[in-house]
Amino acid sequence: MDVDPVVQVIGASVRFAGDIALDGVDFRMFAGEVHSLMGENGAGKSTLIKAMTGALRLDAGAVLLEGRDVDLSTPAAAQRAGISTVYQEIDLLPNLSVAENIMLGREPRRLGFIDWRRTREAAGQALSALGIDIDPASMLSSHRLATQQLIAIARAISTDVKVLVLDEPTSSLDQDEVDELFRVIRRLKSRGVAILFVSHFLEQVYEICDRITVLRNGVLVGEYVTTELLRLDLVQKMLGKATFDLEQMTTRAPSATPAAAREVKVSAQGISRRNDMLPTDLDIYEGELLGLAGLLGSGRTELARLLTGIDSLDGGRLMIDGVPRRFHEPRQALRHGIAYSSENRKSEGIIAQLSVRENITLALQAERGWFKPIPRNRQDELSASWIEALDIRPADPDRLAGLLSGGNQQKVLLARLLAVAPRLLVLDEPTRGIDVGAKVEIQRLVSELAIDGMTIVFISAELEEVLRISHRVIVLRDREIVAQFDPDEITIETLLTIVAKAEDGT
Amino acid sequence: MTALTETERPAPTISRWRHFLVGKVAWMPVLAAVVILVIMLVAGQAYFGRFVTPRILSSLFVDNAYLIVLAAGMTFVILTGGIDLSVGAVMAFTGMLAAKLMSTGVPAPVVIPLMLIAGAAFGLIIGVMVHYFDVQPFIASLAGMFLARGLCFVVSLEAIQVKNPLVLGLQSVKINMGDWYVTPTVIIALLLVVGATWVLGYTRFGRTVYAVGGNEQSARLMGLHVARTKVLVYVVSGVCAGIAGLLFTAYTAAGYSLNGIGTELDTIAAVVIGGTLLTGGSGYLIGSLVGVLVYGVIKVSITFLGADASWTRITIGILLLAFVVVQRVIVARANRR
Amino acid sequence: MRKLLKHRILWPIGALLALVLLNAVSRPSFLSITVRDGELYGSLIDILRNSAPLMLVALGMTLVIATRGIDLSVGAQMAISGAVALTIISDSKTPGSLGTVAVAILAGVAITFIFGLWNGFLVSVVGIQPIIATLVLMLAGRGIALLITGGFITTITSAPYAQMSQGYLIGFPFAFFVSLGAILVISLVVRRTALGVLTESVGINPEASRLAGVRSRGIVWSVYGVSGLLAGVAGILYSSNIMAADANNAGINIELDAILAVVLGGTSLAGGKFTLAGTVVGVFIIQTLTSTITFLGVPPAVTPVFKALVVIVVCLAQSRRVREWLSRIRPTRTPTTTTTTPVVERIPA
Repeated sequence: MDVDPVVQVIGASVRFAGDIALDGVDFRMFAGEVHSLMGENGAGKSTLIKAMTGALRLDAGAVLLEGRDVDLSTPAAAQRAGISTVYQEIDLLPNLSVAENIMLGREPRRLGFIDWRRTREAAGQALSALGIDIDPASMLSSHRLATQQLIAIARAISTDVKVLVLDEPTSSLDQDEVDELFRVIRRLKSRGVAILFVSHFLEQVYEICDRITVLRNGVLVGEYVTTELLRLDLVQKMLGKATFDLEQMTTRAPSATPAAAREVKVSAQGISRRNDMLPTDLDIYEGELLGLAGLLGSGRTELARLLTGIDSLDGGRLMIDGVPRRFHEPRQALRHGIAYSSENRKSEGIIAQLSVRENITLALQAERGWFKPIPRNRQDELSASWIEALDIRPADPDRLAGLLSGGNQQKVLLARLLAVAPRLLVLDEPTRGIDVGAKVEIQRLVSELAIDGMTIVFISAELEEVLRISHRVIVLRDREIVAQFDPDEITIETLLTIVAKAEDGT
Repeated sequence: MTALTETERPAPTISRWRHFLVGKVAWMPVLAAVVILVIMLVAGQAYFGRFVTPRILSSLFVDNAYLIVLAAGMTFVILTGGIDLSVGAVMAFTGMLAAKLMSTGVPAPVVIPLMLIAGAAFGLIIGVMVHYFDVQPFIASLAGMFLARGLCFVVSLEAIQVKNPLVLGLQSVKINMGDWYVTPTVIIALLLVVGATWVLGYTRFGRTVYAVGGNEQSARLMGLHVARTKVLVYVVSGVCAGIAGLLFTAYTAAGYSLNGIGTELDTIAAVVIGGTLLTGGSGYLIGSLVGVLVYGVIKVSITFLGADASWTRITIGILLLAFVVVQRVIVARANRR
Repeated sequence: MRKLLKHRILWPIGALLALVLLNAVSRPSFLSITVRDGELYGSLIDILRNSAPLMLVALGMTLVIATRGIDLSVGAQMAISGAVALTIISDSKTPGSLGTVAVAILAGVAITFIFGLWNGFLVSVVGIQPIIATLVLMLAGRGIALLITGGFITTITSAPYAQMSQGYLIGFPFAFFVSLGAILVISLVVRRTALGVLTESVGINPEASRLAGVRSRGIVWSVYGVSGLLAGVAGILYSSNIMAADANNAGINIELDAILAVVLGGTSLAGGKFTLAGTVVGVFIIQTLTSTITFLGVPPAVTPVFKALVVIVVCLAQSRRVREWLSRIRPTRTPTTTTTTPVVERIPA
């Protein structure tokens, strides 16, 4: 294209406490296009968006708007410069009216006092410019999420907007609502606004976007024209290829006896949860290593949380060893030997200011109750043996868990759960965001546990990993299970196709 | 790419009547407070006979003028999701300061602005601690409360009588309208309520107060002046405490260090009973006024009953708890939606 | 970790020693302890005795703060327990008998324990913010105490009851043994059972603790109960000291003193890691400060000014902004250099 890009990011780098979140990423957008930013968890999408919208400062690199270096130090400054954002969790104020949410901070005033009539008129105009017919005086909280989204867009464009960032705008919308949103997006596009559309729904990306930029692990993979990029290729670029030869040599999951020959350990019958999971049936067999594959937002984590009592069911029931059970708390699931390791290691896993020893013995201690403390020498024994078995480094049980590297924190978390000798272990992305060496170790450990007869559900964004170590693979898409396979009878390409829903080969 | 096939699907229109109701949801707690007030008045009338009389209703305002002012300031703070425990002590301090200054011959027109400035200074200290140093509001204002209370005793250990006719006139001048009467203190308090209502409803500062209480993060992302607003609400509350100090001094005709102990709790209770959410973002000043009247009626009823005065605090505590629990249920429901 | 703990308690101990030193220099009598009838007297002994109520309350407050909570009702609860105990004694025909006193004390403490559990119920089950939940009792508690005493300041004469605060045991004030007992019992319970580490875990990361199967609700509930119980004992000590149930003044403002002691001791108001030893030191700092201020001839009523200033200074010192400023002044300790050192991962052969 000969036109100059409206926004251009050059060599953007950001680190958080030593971890590289963005590494020299280039990115550009043109006026009047809908552009998609794709990548899995931790790819650096949200970091890049934050850098463009003034929510975060770059450690290196620059953001140019229409070729000029503008002040993007705060969200307000970015908005003044013409970059507006509508975040996933809509950042509006439910306690105020629609008109105020659109006009707040720039209400028309008379003698220093807000002129409510003109404010409502202006808000009404912004809404009707998008073809939305609602009463500006109504309370924001009285509207559906989808409408609130459109109101947020109305706010974003009621200034002279050049770039509009939509971060996961469709994640909680139904099809009609998505259509409505797309209608608005096209309208804006025709007005020359550059729209950054971030979504994990491939379908929608292919429907609305002109170009796609893919990030992986904080690095730019490439920029593509949507119509020239096969869905399969896109997913492969997002997930990456198995680049580590050593992996395949070191760990090979033991071949399993036919699933049908085993007893059902956990049977989920029509379990569902609003906004998270459509009614789903799933049998997990004693001693199997079940892999869950799917993209971000496919329902892989949601399913895991429903199975382990982290979230309560809206419908359906769980049978554990043939007996129906209801879990309101993770504690109850743990009592039945069902343990869950969260994908969010920092916020839902490690207790950062407690020592490695205390972290390892936490779940066991919680199970024993308050008044049966694990004797100190037993704690030392336990933590020492787990530190050795999992090769946690540094091998210091008194070190604060928060000071360990990601891979070692993951091992501590695993040790905590293994210490209660679970019979079903659900691991949600245990290998995400840790270095290759630790990754291999955790894969091998999972395989070994399966050999020892533990039932394991293994979730990973890396299809190759799931395929390699699982006995059986289940694919989730759009909050439901869409397929299941024997990993020996499927290639990674086929799996990719199913995950990406690319039968039609677009 | 498919702009031509785009269908103009109008959003479903919801009936105006439902919108009317929905828009008024925030007023429900205020209405509840009004209903409670009316029930209490009716019950009082039925039980005591001569209860709802112009004199008693007038005295509700006259006796609680200072509390109305404090509640107005507290409403600003609570609307942002904060809390100000210092108001009772700051009120006592400004009263002491005024009494001391006037006893040494400083004229009232000089003293009164000084009271407001002193109140504002306390508010500023608390606000800066809360916003810029991330000190929790109740700790910061608790420190402010101790500072003010201690400084009272620095000014004087004993009560200081006030003889200034201008200040005393605020309370002693009675404007009669039939059996009704008001004092200048009531007029000041009500003017303040009207003014503050206007500020909350019609200025950017006022709307930002609601925005910060609704979601501070969102307000910041919208580019509003969050920092300024968060500090300013404590200053407003401090100034109100200064004005309340003036009214209270006029009411008691003296400055005394132990004045207003526990008043911060009465104030918070009045604001919450008046329908302001303690989590911030929802509530109206007029509700706080009703809340103060509820408090006043409870106090009068207990006097009428000849019961122990301590029942006032207990009743207020129970009412406060009931309202907080109801608020909690409402918020929990809203979150589940 | 032991090093860290040492490091953390070093500052409060230093502050305490500095205060003691200041006093010792300005008034040599401060350190002197006289023996009369086998009983010890002196400023230091006074500090041991007078700090007892605050010690009890602050210990409870430490646990509450560790769970990210706060208990504003401790002062009111002190008033309640004093009122209950003294009303029982004054209504009894044998106010001087040990049995009556024991019943009175147990009743007073039991009632505040129940009130504490009530606070815990509001916080952990109903889900009301701790400040507000305990504010209700702070508001109504003194009213309840006044009702119990019938609006009067009940006074009694009862030798065994007076013993609680005014008496001596093997040379030391009896109240000192009460606070010592509380310190020992709580330390033992907290460190010998799993409660300590589970409380910290809930305070540091409630969600991760829930996922690990910790009964966080039960923990939060019980710390408020303990806080109520200890406030009850403190109320008994207070009323025994003046031999009167003063509903309006018993434990007035003690909640700030207790919060201050906890913070001075090194426990963060953000919850999580707590140190009982630090709180003990914090209580002694406050008591010594009060003693110093009185010695300096400042009216006791003005002491809140000094405490408020200490609160402000301590809170500011804990705030992120000030820490950032400090680290900028000392460039050797910029945050970037203190980030975790990457651990070399072994790649298995």
